[in-house]
Amino acid sequence: MNPAVIQLAYLFSCVLFIAGFMQLSRPKTAKRGNLLGASGMLLAIVVTLLDKQIVSFEIIFVGLLVGTALGIFMALTTPMTAMPQMVGLLNGFGGAASALVTGAVLIEMLSLGNPLTLQFRIATAASSLIGTLTLFGSLVAAGKLQGFIEERPIRYKGEQGIKLLVLFVCLFLGSMLTARPDTLWTYWALLGVSALLGVLLTAPIGGADMPVVICLMNSYSGLAGAATGFVLSNTALIIAGSLVGASGIILTQIMCKAMNRSLANVLLGGFGELKEDTSLAGTIYAGRVKSADPEEVAMLLEAASRVVLVPGYGLAVAQAQYAVRDLYNYLTSLGIEVDFAIHPVAGRMPGHMSVLLAEVDIPYEKLKEIGEINPEFEQVDVAIVVGANDVVNPLANTDPNSPIAGMPILEVYKAKTVVVIKRSLSPGFAGVPNPLFAYDNTLMLFADAKQALQAVLASLKELKA
Amino acid sequence: MDVFIGLLTVFVLAMFVGFEVITKIPPILHTPLMSGSNAISGITIIGAILSAGTKLTMLTTVLSLLAVMLAMANVVGGFLITHRMLRMFRTKGRA
Repeated sequence: MNPAVIQLAYLFSCVLFIAGFMQLSRPKTAKRGNLLGASGMLLAIVVTLLDKQIVSFEIIFVGLLVGTALGIFMALTTPMTAMPQMVGLLNGFGGAASALVTGAVLIEMLSLGNPLTLQFRIATAASSLIGTLTLFGSLVAAGKLQGFIEERPIRYKGEQGIKLLVLFVCLFLGSMLTARPDTLWTYWALLGVSALLGVLLTAPIGGADMPVVICLMNSYSGLAGAATGFVLSNTALIIAGSLVGASGIILTQIMCKAMNRSLANVLLGGFGELKEDTSLAGTIYAGRVKSADPEEVAMLLEAASRVVLVPGYGLAVAQAQYAVRDLYNYLTSLGIEVDFAIHPVAGRMPGHMSVLLAEVDIPYEKLKEIGEINPEFEQVDVAIVVGANDVVNPLANTDPNSPIAGMPILEVYKAKTVVVIKRSLSPGFAGVPNPLFAYDNTLMLFADAKQALQAVLASLKELKA
Repeated sequence: MDVFIGLLTVFVLAMFVGFEVITKIPPILHTPLMSGSNAISGITIIGAILSAGTKLTMLTTVLSLLAVMLAMANVVGGFLITHRMLRMFRTKGRA
Protein backbone atom coordinates (compact mmCIF):
# COMPACT_ATOMS: atom_id res chain seq x y z
CA MET A 1 0.00 0.00 0.00
CA ASN A 2 1.07 3.57 -0.64
CA PRO A 3 3.13 4.81 2.33
CA ALA A 4 1.24 8.11 2.35
CA VAL A 5 -2.05 6.26 2.79
CA ILE A 6 -0.56 4.31 5.67
CA GLN A 7 0.61 7.53 7.32
CA LEU A 8 -2.83 9.08 6.92
CA ALA A 9 -4.42 6.01 8.47
CA TYR A 10 -2.04 6.33 11.44
CA LEU A 11 -3.04 9.97 11.78
CA PHE A 12 -6.68 8.92 11.86
CA SER A 13 -5.86 6.35 14.56
CA CYS A 14 -4.32 9.08 16.70
CA VAL A 15 -7.39 11.27 16.22
CA LEU A 16 -9.50 8.36 17.43
CA PHE A 17 -7.26 7.92 20.50
CA ILE A 18 -7.60 11.60 21.44
CA ALA A 19 -11.36 11.63 20.79
CA GLY A 20 -11.58 8.49 22.92
CA PHE A 21 -9.84 10.20 25.83
CA MET A 22 -12.20 13.16 25.48
CA GLN A 23 -15.24 10.88 25.68
CA LEU A 24 -13.74 9.20 28.72
CA SER A 25 -14.29 12.35 30.76
CA ARG A 26 -17.93 11.51 31.55
CA PRO A 27 -19.34 8.22 32.83
CA LYS A 28 -22.13 8.44 30.25
CA THR A 29 -19.85 8.57 27.21
CA ALA A 30 -16.87 6.71 28.65
CA LYS A 31 -17.82 3.37 27.11
CA ARG A 32 -17.96 4.94 23.67
CA GLY A 33 -14.59 6.59 24.34
CA ASN A 34 -13.01 3.23 25.03
CA LEU A 35 -14.52 1.78 21.85
CA LEU A 36 -13.13 4.72 19.85
CA GLY A 37 -9.70 4.00 21.26
CA ALA A 38 -10.04 0.32 20.41
CA SER A 39 -11.10 1.08 16.82
CA GLY A 40 -8.12 3.41 16.46
CA MET A 41 -5.88 0.54 17.52
CA LEU A 42 -7.60 -1.93 15.16
CA LEU A 43 -7.12 0.48 12.27
CA ALA A 44 -3.44 0.94 13.12
CA ILE A 45 -2.88 -2.83 13.25
CA VAL A 46 -4.73 -3.59 10.00
CA VAL A 47 -2.91 -0.84 8.12
CA THR A 48 0.43 -2.05 9.42
CA LEU A 49 -0.32 -5.54 8.11
CA LEU A 50 -0.58 -4.00 4.60
CA ASP A 51 2.91 -2.54 4.78
CA LYS A 52 5.09 -3.85 1.94
CA GLN A 53 8.05 -4.30 4.27
CA ILE A 54 6.33 -7.44 5.52
CA VAL A 55 7.41 -10.58 3.66
CA SER A 56 5.88 -13.26 5.79
CA PHE A 57 2.81 -13.39 7.97
CA GLU A 58 3.06 -16.64 9.89
CA ILE A 59 5.09 -15.26 12.82
CA ILE A 60 2.84 -12.21 13.03
CA PHE A 61 -0.33 -14.26 13.16
CA VAL A 62 1.03 -16.67 15.74
CA GLY A 63 1.96 -13.67 17.89
CA LEU A 64 -1.38 -11.91 17.42
CA LEU A 65 -3.29 -15.10 18.18
CA VAL A 66 -1.38 -15.97 21.35
CA GLY A 67 -1.48 -12.35 22.52
CA THR A 68 -5.21 -12.06 21.90
CA ALA A 69 -5.92 -15.29 23.77
CA LEU A 70 -3.77 -14.18 26.69
CA GLY A 71 -5.40 -10.74 26.76
CA ILE A 72 -8.93 -12.14 26.68
CA PHE A 73 -8.11 -14.68 29.37
CA MET A 74 -6.64 -12.04 31.68
CA ALA A 75 -9.44 -9.53 31.11
CA LEU A 76 -12.26 -11.99 31.68
CA THR A 77 -10.89 -13.94 34.63
CA THR A 78 -9.54 -11.12 36.79
CA PRO A 79 -11.92 -10.15 39.62
CA MET A 80 -12.52 -6.43 40.16
CA THR A 81 -10.69 -6.57 43.50
CA ALA A 82 -7.51 -7.61 41.65
CA MET A 83 -7.69 -4.80 39.09
CA PRO A 84 -4.56 -2.97 40.34
CA GLN A 85 -2.35 -6.06 39.80
CA MET A 86 -3.89 -6.64 36.38
CA VAL A 87 -3.28 -3.07 35.20
CA GLY A 88 0.22 -3.21 36.66
CA LEU A 89 1.00 -6.39 34.75
CA LEU A 90 -0.33 -5.00 31.46
CA ASN A 91 1.83 -1.88 31.89
CA GLY A 92 4.78 -4.22 32.18
CA PHE A 93 3.81 -6.07 28.98
CA GLY A 94 3.71 -2.80 27.03
CA GLY A 95 7.10 -1.73 28.33
CA ALA A 96 8.64 -5.13 27.58
CA ALA A 97 7.24 -5.13 24.04
CA SER A 98 8.83 -1.73 23.37
CA ALA A 99 12.23 -2.86 24.63
CA LEU A 100 12.07 -6.05 22.55
CA VAL A 101 11.00 -4.28 19.34
CA THR A 102 13.89 -1.88 19.78
CA GLY A 103 16.32 -4.77 20.14
CA ALA A 104 14.96 -6.54 17.07
CA VAL A 105 15.19 -3.36 14.97
CA LEU A 106 18.72 -2.66 16.18
CA ILE A 107 19.87 -6.16 15.19
CA GLU A 108 18.15 -5.80 11.80
CA MET A 109 19.83 -2.48 11.09
CA LEU A 110 23.21 -3.84 12.11
CA SER A 111 22.96 -6.97 9.98
CA LEU A 112 21.79 -4.95 6.98
CA GLY A 113 24.69 -2.57 7.53
CA ASN A 114 22.40 0.48 7.52
CA PRO A 115 23.83 3.73 8.89
CA LEU A 116 22.44 4.54 12.35
CA THR A 117 21.45 8.13 13.03
CA LEU A 118 22.02 9.76 16.39
CA GLN A 119 18.26 9.93 16.90
CA PHE A 120 18.00 6.18 16.32
CA ARG A 121 20.82 5.43 18.76
CA ILE A 122 19.60 7.63 21.60
CA ALA A 123 16.02 6.40 21.19
CA THR A 124 17.24 2.80 21.18
CA ALA A 125 18.98 3.29 24.50
CA ALA A 126 16.00 5.15 26.00
CA SER A 127 13.42 2.61 24.87
CA SER A 128 15.47 -0.37 26.12
CA LEU A 129 16.05 1.26 29.49
CA ILE A 130 12.53 2.57 30.14
CA GLY A 131 10.79 -0.48 28.69
CA THR A 132 12.71 -2.98 30.82
CA LEU A 133 12.44 -0.82 33.92
CA THR A 134 8.67 -0.74 33.36
CA LEU A 135 8.43 -4.51 33.02
CA PHE A 136 10.37 -5.34 36.17
CA GLY A 137 8.99 -2.48 38.25
CA SER A 138 5.48 -3.57 37.31
CA LEU A 139 6.21 -7.22 38.09
CA VAL A 140 7.35 -6.31 41.60
CA ALA A 141 4.38 -3.99 42.10
CA ALA A 142 1.92 -6.64 40.90
CA GLY A 143 3.67 -9.24 43.09
CA LYS A 144 3.28 -7.01 46.14
CA LEU A 145 -0.38 -6.38 45.41
CA GLN A 146 -1.05 -10.08 44.83
CA GLY A 147 0.82 -10.98 48.03
CA PHE A 148 3.60 -12.98 46.32
CA ILE A 149 6.15 -10.44 47.55
CA GLU A 150 6.35 -8.83 51.00
CA GLU A 151 3.98 -5.88 50.88
CA ARG A 152 5.84 -3.86 53.50
CA PRO A 153 8.89 -1.92 52.30
CA ILE A 154 11.94 -4.13 51.81
CA ARG A 155 14.90 -2.22 53.25
CA TYR A 156 18.59 -3.01 53.52
CA LYS A 157 21.83 -1.25 54.41
CA GLY A 158 23.14 1.25 51.87
CA GLU A 159 19.90 1.04 49.91
CA GLN A 160 19.88 4.56 48.46
CA GLY A 161 23.55 4.28 47.48
CA ILE A 162 23.03 0.98 45.68
CA LYS A 163 20.02 2.35 43.81
CA LEU A 164 22.01 5.39 42.75
CA LEU A 165 24.93 3.22 41.63
CA VAL A 166 22.70 0.97 39.52
CA LEU A 167 21.06 4.05 37.98
CA PHE A 168 24.51 5.35 36.98
CA VAL A 169 25.46 1.99 35.47
CA CYS A 170 22.20 2.14 33.47
CA LEU A 171 22.95 5.63 32.19
CA PHE A 172 26.56 4.63 31.42
CA LEU A 173 25.49 1.57 29.41
CA GLY A 174 22.88 3.73 27.70
CA SER A 175 25.50 6.19 26.54
CA MET A 176 27.78 3.31 25.49
CA LEU A 177 24.96 1.92 23.37
CA THR A 178 24.48 5.36 21.87
CA ALA A 179 28.18 5.78 21.11
CA ARG A 180 28.88 2.26 19.83
CA PRO A 181 25.59 0.59 18.87
CA ASP A 182 27.46 -2.10 16.89
CA THR A 183 28.66 -3.70 20.12
CA LEU A 184 25.46 -5.59 20.69
CA TRP A 185 26.37 -6.84 24.15
CA THR A 186 25.72 -3.37 25.55
CA TYR A 187 22.05 -3.77 24.52
CA TRP A 188 21.78 -7.01 26.52
CA ALA A 189 23.73 -5.56 29.44
CA LEU A 190 21.45 -2.52 29.45
CA LEU A 191 18.39 -4.80 29.58
CA GLY A 192 19.87 -6.69 32.54
CA VAL A 193 20.84 -3.65 34.58
CA SER A 194 17.55 -1.83 33.84
CA ALA A 195 15.70 -4.91 35.06
CA LEU A 196 17.72 -4.78 38.27
CA LEU A 197 16.95 -1.07 38.63
CA GLY A 198 13.23 -1.77 38.21
CA VAL A 199 13.31 -4.30 41.03
CA LEU A 200 15.48 -2.17 43.33
CA LEU A 201 13.28 0.89 42.87
CA THR A 202 9.99 -0.87 43.60
CA ALA A 203 10.89 -3.31 46.37
CA PRO A 204 11.39 -0.65 49.10
CA ILE A 205 8.01 0.96 48.36
CA GLY A 206 5.14 -0.15 50.58
CA GLY A 207 1.79 -1.54 49.45
CA ALA A 208 -0.29 1.57 50.09
CA ASP A 209 2.05 3.61 47.88
CA MET A 210 1.40 1.25 44.97
CA PRO A 211 -1.14 3.64 43.37
CA VAL A 212 1.73 6.03 42.73
CA VAL A 213 4.00 3.28 41.40
CA ILE A 214 1.31 1.97 39.05
CA CYS A 215 0.63 5.49 37.73
CA LEU A 216 4.32 6.01 37.17
CA MET A 217 4.71 2.66 35.37
CA ASN A 218 1.70 3.62 33.26
CA SER A 219 3.51 6.77 32.28
CA TYR A 220 6.75 4.88 31.57
CA SER A 221 5.02 2.33 29.35
CA GLY A 222 3.79 5.25 27.25
CA LEU A 223 7.18 6.95 27.18
CA ALA A 224 8.84 3.65 26.16
CA GLY A 225 6.35 3.50 23.28
CA ALA A 226 7.16 7.07 22.30
CA ALA A 227 10.90 6.26 22.40
CA THR A 228 10.25 3.29 20.11
CA GLY A 229 8.47 5.79 17.86
CA PHE A 230 11.74 7.74 17.60
CA VAL A 231 13.58 4.47 16.84
CA LEU A 232 11.23 3.76 13.94
CA SER A 233 10.55 7.42 13.05
CA ASN A 234 6.87 6.57 13.39
CA THR A 235 4.51 9.39 14.42
CA ALA A 236 1.65 7.09 15.50
CA LEU A 237 3.86 5.57 18.19
CA ILE A 238 5.13 8.95 19.27
CA ILE A 239 1.67 10.48 19.60
CA ALA A 240 -0.01 7.53 21.30
CA GLY A 241 3.01 7.01 23.55
CA SER A 242 3.15 10.61 24.69
CA LEU A 243 -0.62 10.69 25.37
CA VAL A 244 -0.20 7.75 27.72
CA GLY A 245 2.97 9.25 29.17
CA ALA A 246 1.09 12.48 29.95
CA SER A 247 -1.84 10.59 31.43
CA GLY A 248 0.43 8.66 33.79
CA ILE A 249 2.24 11.82 34.88
CA ILE A 250 -1.03 13.58 35.72
CA LEU A 251 -2.33 10.62 37.71
CA THR A 252 0.99 10.40 39.56
CA GLN A 253 0.72 14.07 40.51
CA ILE A 254 -2.88 13.66 41.70
CA MET A 255 -1.94 10.70 43.88
CA CYS A 256 1.04 12.49 45.45
CA LYS A 257 -1.04 15.57 46.13
CA ALA A 258 -3.74 13.48 47.80
CA MET A 259 -1.11 12.26 50.26
CA ASN A 260 0.69 15.61 50.57
CA ARG A 261 3.95 13.91 49.68
CA SER A 262 6.46 14.58 46.95
CA LEU A 263 7.14 12.04 44.24
CA ALA A 264 10.73 11.82 45.49
CA ASN A 265 9.48 10.96 48.98
CA VAL A 266 7.39 8.10 47.56
CA LEU A 267 10.15 6.83 45.27
CA LEU A 268 12.86 6.80 47.92
CA GLY A 269 10.72 4.18 49.59
CA GLY A 270 10.41 3.07 53.17
CA PHE A 271 7.14 4.84 53.95
CA GLY A 272 4.98 2.61 56.11
CA GLU A 273 7.78 0.60 57.64
CA LEU A 274 6.58 -1.18 60.74
CA LYS A 275 7.66 1.00 63.61
CA GLU A 276 5.38 0.27 66.53
CA ASP A 277 4.89 3.34 68.66
CA THR A 278 2.76 1.75 71.33
CA SER A 279 3.47 4.42 73.94
CA LEU A 280 1.74 7.10 71.89
CA ALA A 281 -1.09 4.75 70.97
CA GLY A 282 -1.46 3.93 74.69
CA THR A 283 -1.94 7.54 75.77
CA ILE A 284 -4.26 8.33 72.88
CA TYR A 285 -6.52 5.34 73.29
CA ALA A 286 -6.30 4.75 77.06
CA GLY A 287 -9.76 4.05 78.40
CA ARG A 288 -11.39 6.26 75.84
CA VAL A 289 -12.21 3.81 73.08
CA LYS A 290 -15.86 2.75 73.08
CA SER A 291 -16.83 -0.39 71.27
CA ALA A 292 -20.28 -1.21 70.03
CA ASP A 293 -22.03 -4.34 68.80
CA PRO A 294 -24.01 -4.65 65.56
CA GLU A 295 -27.35 -4.17 67.37
CA GLU A 296 -26.32 -0.74 68.68
CA VAL A 297 -25.15 0.32 65.23
CA ALA A 298 -28.44 -0.89 63.77
CA MET A 299 -30.35 1.25 66.26
CA LEU A 300 -28.29 4.29 65.32
CA LEU A 301 -28.99 3.69 61.65
CA GLU A 302 -32.70 3.26 62.26
CA ALA A 303 -32.85 6.74 63.75
CA ALA A 304 -30.64 8.33 61.08
CA SER A 305 -31.76 10.34 58.08
CA ARG A 306 -28.37 10.82 56.47
CA VAL A 307 -25.63 8.17 56.35
CA VAL A 308 -22.20 8.28 54.68
CA LEU A 309 -20.11 5.19 54.04
CA VAL A 310 -16.33 5.63 53.84
CA PRO A 311 -14.73 2.66 52.07
CA GLY A 312 -11.00 1.88 52.11
CA TYR A 313 -8.67 -0.84 50.96
CA GLY A 314 -9.93 -3.08 53.78
CA LEU A 315 -13.24 -3.27 51.92
CA ALA A 316 -11.49 -4.82 48.95
CA VAL A 317 -9.47 -7.20 51.13
CA ALA A 318 -12.58 -8.42 52.96
CA GLN A 319 -14.49 -8.66 49.64
CA ALA A 320 -17.21 -6.73 51.46
CA GLN A 321 -18.57 -4.81 48.47
CA TYR A 322 -21.69 -7.00 48.23
CA ALA A 323 -22.39 -6.61 51.96
CA VAL A 324 -22.05 -2.83 51.48
CA ARG A 325 -24.49 -2.97 48.59
CA ASP A 326 -27.09 -4.91 50.61
CA LEU A 327 -26.88 -2.43 53.49
CA TYR A 328 -27.05 0.50 51.05
CA ASN A 329 -30.14 -0.91 49.35
CA TYR A 330 -31.93 -1.56 52.63
CA LEU A 331 -31.14 1.87 54.09
CA THR A 332 -32.27 3.54 50.87
CA SER A 333 -35.52 1.57 50.96
CA LEU A 334 -36.12 3.02 54.45
CA GLY A 335 -35.87 6.49 52.95
CA ILE A 336 -32.43 7.20 54.44
CA GLU A 337 -30.08 9.23 52.27
CA VAL A 338 -26.85 7.26 51.76
CA ASP A 339 -23.68 8.53 50.09
CA PHE A 340 -20.16 7.20 49.69
CA ALA A 341 -17.13 9.35 50.49
CA ILE A 342 -14.20 8.42 48.27
CA HIS A 343 -10.65 9.51 49.10
CA PRO A 344 -8.37 9.72 46.04
CA VAL A 345 -5.86 7.27 47.50
CA ALA A 346 -8.35 4.83 49.01
CA GLY A 347 -7.43 1.42 47.64
CA ARG A 348 -4.43 0.34 45.67
CA MET A 349 -4.89 2.30 42.44
CA PRO A 350 -6.56 5.56 41.40
CA GLY A 351 -10.32 5.08 41.32
CA HIS A 352 -10.14 1.59 42.87
CA MET A 353 -13.14 2.14 45.17
CA SER A 354 -15.29 3.54 42.36
CA VAL A 355 -14.79 0.36 40.38
CA LEU A 356 -15.61 -1.90 43.33
CA LEU A 357 -18.79 0.03 44.08
CA ALA A 358 -19.77 0.18 40.42
CA GLU A 359 -19.42 -3.59 40.33
CA VAL A 360 -22.22 -3.89 42.88
CA ASP A 361 -24.48 -1.42 41.06
CA ILE A 362 -24.08 1.62 43.32
CA PRO A 363 -25.11 4.57 41.09
CA TYR A 364 -22.07 6.76 40.44
CA GLU A 365 -23.90 9.93 41.56
CA LYS A 366 -23.64 8.50 45.08
CA LEU A 367 -19.83 8.55 45.03
CA LYS A 368 -18.68 11.88 46.46
CA GLU A 369 -15.22 13.31 46.18
CA ILE A 370 -13.40 14.73 49.16
CA GLY A 371 -14.10 18.41 48.36
CA GLU A 372 -17.77 17.69 47.83
CA ILE A 373 -18.45 15.64 50.95
CA ASN A 374 -16.28 17.35 53.59
CA PRO A 375 -18.54 20.43 54.05
CA GLU A 376 -21.50 18.05 54.42
CA PHE A 377 -20.26 15.84 57.25
CA GLU A 378 -21.77 18.15 59.88
CA GLN A 379 -25.22 17.23 58.62
CA VAL A 380 -24.45 13.51 58.61
CA ASP A 381 -26.04 11.41 61.35
CA VAL A 382 -23.88 8.31 60.98
CA ALA A 383 -20.59 7.97 59.13
CA ILE A 384 -19.49 4.36 58.73
CA VAL A 385 -15.79 3.82 58.04
CA VAL A 386 -15.17 0.42 56.44
CA GLY A 387 -11.55 -0.67 56.07
CA ALA A 388 -10.11 2.86 55.89
CA ASN A 389 -7.76 4.38 58.45
CA ASP A 390 -5.13 6.95 57.45
CA VAL A 391 -7.51 8.80 55.13
CA VAL A 392 -9.80 9.65 58.08
CA ASN A 393 -7.02 10.36 60.60
CA PRO A 394 -7.45 13.87 62.13
CA LEU A 395 -3.72 13.89 63.02
CA ALA A 396 -3.12 14.92 59.42
CA ASN A 397 -4.74 18.27 60.26
CA THR A 398 -3.51 18.67 63.83
CA ASP A 399 0.01 17.23 64.13
CA PRO A 400 2.56 18.90 61.84
CA ASN A 401 5.18 16.28 62.76
CA SER A 402 3.08 13.30 61.78
CA PRO A 403 4.14 11.35 58.67
CA ILE A 404 0.72 12.10 57.22
CA ALA A 405 0.76 15.82 58.15
CA GLY A 406 -1.05 17.97 55.62
CA MET A 407 -2.65 15.06 53.80
CA PRO A 408 -6.22 16.00 52.87
CA ILE A 409 -8.53 13.76 54.91
CA LEU A 410 -12.20 12.91 54.89
CA GLU A 411 -13.48 14.83 57.93
CA VAL A 412 -15.76 12.10 59.24
CA TYR A 413 -15.21 13.22 62.84
CA LYS A 414 -17.64 16.09 62.16
CA ALA A 415 -20.52 13.63 61.79
CA LYS A 416 -22.86 13.18 64.76
CA THR A 417 -21.72 9.58 65.19
CA VAL A 418 -18.82 7.78 63.58
CA VAL A 419 -18.80 4.00 63.39
CA VAL A 420 -15.44 2.47 62.56
CA ILE A 421 -15.54 -1.14 61.43
CA LYS A 422 -12.09 -2.59 62.02
CA ARG A 423 -10.57 -5.78 63.39
CA SER A 424 -8.40 -4.06 66.02
CA LEU A 425 -6.84 -0.73 66.95
CA SER A 426 -3.77 -1.51 64.82
CA PRO A 427 -2.38 1.48 62.92
CA GLY A 428 -2.97 2.04 59.22
CA PHE A 429 -0.29 1.94 56.56
CA ALA A 430 1.39 5.14 57.76
CA GLY A 431 2.07 3.41 61.08
CA VAL A 432 0.53 6.13 63.23
CA PRO A 433 -2.30 5.76 65.77
CA ASN A 434 -5.63 7.31 64.89
CA PRO A 435 -7.12 9.59 67.60
CA LEU A 436 -10.46 9.38 65.81
CA PHE A 437 -10.95 5.96 67.44
CA ALA A 438 -11.00 7.64 70.86
CA TYR A 439 -13.27 10.57 69.95
CA ASP A 440 -16.45 10.97 72.02
CA ASN A 441 -18.66 10.53 68.98
CA THR A 442 -16.83 7.43 67.70
CA LEU A 443 -17.91 3.83 68.19
CA MET A 444 -15.62 0.96 67.25
CA LEU A 445 -17.17 -2.18 65.81
CA PHE A 446 -14.38 -4.72 66.10
CA ALA A 447 -15.00 -7.34 63.41
CA ASP A 448 -14.33 -8.44 59.87
CA ALA A 449 -15.84 -5.85 57.52
CA LYS A 450 -18.06 -8.25 55.63
CA GLN A 451 -19.41 -10.08 58.70
CA ALA A 452 -19.94 -6.81 60.58
CA LEU A 453 -21.96 -5.27 57.75
CA GLN A 454 -24.05 -8.40 57.41
CA ALA A 455 -24.68 -8.49 61.16
CA VAL A 456 -25.70 -4.81 61.22
CA LEU A 457 -28.11 -5.40 58.34
CA ALA A 458 -29.61 -8.46 60.05
CA SER A 459 -30.17 -6.51 63.31
CA LEU A 460 -31.67 -3.62 61.40
CA LYS A 461 -34.12 -5.94 59.64
CA GLU A 462 -35.07 -7.43 63.03
CA LEU A 463 -35.74 -3.96 64.42
CA LYS A 464 -37.99 -3.20 61.50
CA ALA A 465 -39.81 -6.53 61.55
CA MET B 1 18.10 16.23 11.56
CA ASP B 2 15.00 17.71 9.90
CA VAL B 3 13.14 14.48 10.49
CA PHE B 4 14.13 14.53 14.13
CA ILE B 5 12.92 18.11 14.68
CA GLY B 6 9.60 17.21 13.07
CA LEU B 7 9.18 14.18 15.30
CA LEU B 8 10.22 16.12 18.39
CA THR B 9 7.60 18.76 17.58
CA VAL B 10 4.95 16.06 17.35
CA PHE B 11 6.10 14.56 20.66
CA VAL B 12 6.01 17.82 22.59
CA LEU B 13 2.65 18.91 21.20
CA ALA B 14 1.11 15.49 21.83
CA MET B 15 2.25 15.67 25.47
CA PHE B 16 0.39 18.95 25.82
CA VAL B 17 -2.73 17.53 24.20
CA GLY B 18 -2.48 14.63 26.64
CA PHE B 19 -2.22 16.92 29.69
CA GLU B 20 -5.13 19.03 28.46
CA VAL B 21 -7.48 16.13 27.72
CA ILE B 22 -6.67 13.97 30.71
CA THR B 23 -6.91 16.70 33.36
CA LYS B 24 -10.65 16.80 32.59
CA ILE B 25 -11.26 13.18 33.56
CA PRO B 26 -12.98 12.86 36.99
CA PRO B 27 -11.50 10.65 39.77
CA ILE B 28 -14.26 8.05 39.62
CA LEU B 29 -13.08 7.19 36.10
CA HIS B 30 -9.38 7.01 36.94
CA THR B 31 -9.16 3.23 36.95
CA PRO B 32 -10.76 2.85 33.50
CA LEU B 33 -8.54 5.73 32.33
CA MET B 34 -5.47 3.81 33.44
CA SER B 35 -6.49 0.54 31.86
CA GLY B 36 -7.63 2.30 28.69
CA SER B 37 -4.48 4.36 28.30
CA ASN B 38 -2.59 1.20 29.14
CA ALA B 39 -4.16 -0.47 26.11
CA ILE B 40 -3.14 2.48 23.94
CA SER B 41 0.47 2.13 25.07
CA GLY B 42 0.28 -1.23 23.30
CA ILE B 43 0.64 0.83 20.08
CA THR B 44 4.19 -0.48 20.05
CA ILE B 45 2.53 -3.47 18.35
CA ILE B 46 3.00 -1.60 15.07
CA GLY B 47 6.76 -1.81 15.42
CA ALA B 48 6.49 -5.40 16.58
CA ILE B 49 4.44 -6.42 13.53
CA LEU B 50 6.80 -4.73 11.05
CA SER B 51 9.77 -6.37 12.67
CA ALA B 52 8.17 -9.80 12.90
CA GLY B 53 7.21 -9.59 9.21
CA THR B 54 10.75 -8.96 7.99
CA LYS B 55 11.94 -12.32 9.33
CA LEU B 56 15.58 -11.40 8.96
CA THR B 57 17.40 -13.62 11.44
CA MET B 58 16.37 -16.20 13.99
CA LEU B 59 17.14 -13.77 16.83
CA THR B 60 15.09 -10.87 15.48
CA THR B 61 12.23 -13.26 14.77
CA VAL B 62 12.19 -14.56 18.33
CA LEU B 63 12.42 -11.05 19.81
CA SER B 64 9.69 -9.66 17.62
CA LEU B 65 7.41 -12.67 18.12
CA LEU B 66 7.63 -12.10 21.85
CA ALA B 67 6.99 -8.39 21.32
CA VAL B 68 3.89 -9.06 19.19
CA MET B 69 2.49 -11.41 21.81
CA LEU B 70 3.07 -9.07 24.74
CA ALA B 71 1.85 -5.96 22.92
CA MET B 72 -1.26 -7.75 21.65
CA ALA B 73 -2.05 -9.08 25.15
CA ASN B 74 -1.65 -5.50 26.39
CA VAL B 75 -3.98 -4.12 23.70
CA VAL B 76 -6.70 -6.77 23.90
CA GLY B 77 -6.55 -7.17 27.67
CA GLY B 78 -6.49 -3.41 28.24
CA PHE B 79 -9.46 -2.51 26.07
CA LEU B 80 -11.51 -5.51 27.15
CA ILE B 81 -11.03 -4.95 30.89
CA THR B 82 -11.84 -1.25 30.44
CA HIS B 83 -15.03 -2.19 28.63
CA ARG B 84 -15.92 -4.64 31.38
CA MET B 85 -15.43 -1.94 34.01
CA LEU B 86 -17.25 0.83 32.18
CA ARG B 87 -20.24 -1.43 31.56
CA MET B 88 -20.70 -1.53 35.33
CA PHE B 89 -20.88 2.23 35.82
CA ARG B 90 -24.57 2.95 36.10
CA THR B 91 -26.73 5.89 36.92
CA LYS B 92 -29.79 5.87 39.16
CA GLY B 93 -32.51 5.14 36.64
CA ARG B 94 -30.80 1.90 35.60
CA ALA B 95 -32.50 -1.19 34.31
